Amino acid sequence: MPTVSMAVNGKDVSGEVEGRTLLVEFIRKNLRLTGTHVGCDTSQCGACVVHVNGRSVKSCTMLAVEAEGATVTTLEGLVKDGKMHPMQEAFRDQHGLQCGFCTPGMVMSTIDLLRVNPDPSEAEIRDWLEGNICRCTGYHNIVKAVQQVASGDAA
Amino acid sequence: MYSFEYHNPASQKEAEELLASTDNPSLLAGGQTLLPALKHRLAEPSDLIDLKGIDGLSGIREENGAIVIGAATTHCEVSESELVAKRIPALAKLAGGIGDQQVRHRGTIGGSVANNDPAADYPAGCVGLGATIRTNRREMGADNFFVDLFETALGEDEMILAVSFPIPDQAAYIKFPNPASRYALVGVMLSKTGGDVRVAITGAGSSGVFRDSHIETALSKDFSVDAIDGSGVDEAEISADIHASAEYRKHLIGEMARRAVEAASGS
Ligand code: FES
Ligand code: FES
Repeated sequence: MPTVSMAVNGKDVSGEVEGRTLLVEFIRKNLRLTGTHVGCDTSQCGACVVHVNGRSVKSCTMLAVEAEGATVTTLEGLVKDGKMHPMQEAFRDQHGLQCGFCTPGMVMSTIDLLRVNPDPSEAEIRDWLEGNICRCTGYHNIVKAVQQVASGDAA
Repeated sequence: MYSFEYHNPASQKEAEELLASTDNPSLLAGGQTLLPALKHRLAEPSDLIDLKGIDGLSGIREENGAIVIGAATTHCEVSESELVAKRIPALAKLAGGIGDQQVRHRGTIGGSVANNDPAADYPAGCVGLGATIRTNRREMGADNFFVDLFETALGEDEMILAVSFPIPDQAAYIKFPNPASRYALVGVMLSKTGGDVRVAITGAGSSGVFRDSHIETALSKDFSVDAIDGSGVDEAEISADIHASAEYRKHLIGEMARRAVEAASGS
């Protein structure tokens, strides 16, 4: 079995995997980081979004072995000194979640949006969220949460 | 997913040796189509040969009046490339509209072209811009490369190295996305180079990407929106499914082609 090594949330980790082990399986099962969700098997829902080498990707559509040597950030890695990331705070402020299943992916995806586009229009936010599906909120408050972070205002 | 052996060759030669020596190998580029297909057990390769570790397989350069894009270059890299934006903005736009951002961060041009999904954007981009597909064996014009649904002229031991797009005078890519899946119901890549006009359609052909010679002839006489009186393709050759009838798709071809002329004229 191949061994894979990567840095996850600032820690060097390694483990034995099969060739077919998905990155999300490695994250959830080997590392026990269950903040990253799996909501589909068709690469459509985005619940599994993590950052690999600084860019958002679907960890269900990547093999663990493809992340060899990579720097990975999951939702758990956003919390610094017990303080949530501003995007997480904004989702709470704006009621950007209901059941919360899609939220990890939404947060990771929208943080990446603000990396490339710090001041997105509403249309740009909605366009960026094409790969993230939410069954509950209707997206409206998710968009507001992103706008809150972009504008730098607390609620 | 069935189990397979994963390989990560560092050179083209090593990849070719693996292709020749393994039982039923599959090449892995970005994996954005292959991995979902494997998850659904639609294929059972014995070995996966990852191309991303091969030196020189990704990157964008200008070469003799063409933009040459390495097979392992991601959609995101093409859409963000200043060179592509300057020389063939229609191609940058096409790449920026594939799938969603997370898919664009992984998916590659070589993978998309080799897969030849009938609703994918790149096949239209290649045919509409008159691209050349460079493999480890030969160079093929896009017109001869895309054979049928999910079928290309690639041989079993063949791998795409790069796609070369001649720089057109004017070009535009316009698609009408399915509102749910965002896949192209119809996508039109139009280019004009001197008197030569190419109009390639994705999403609509019952055997994949095709050129609409009726629109091409009309536009080579008069490159204007009004010159297009609709698609010349027989409805029997246009796909119909729950998303759209052949008649509707045929209508969209004319409409998207008109918008493409408008967009190309504005650039
Ligand atoms: S679990 Fe990855 S896209 Fe749905
Ligand atoms: S909050 Fe329930 S799926 Fe988004």
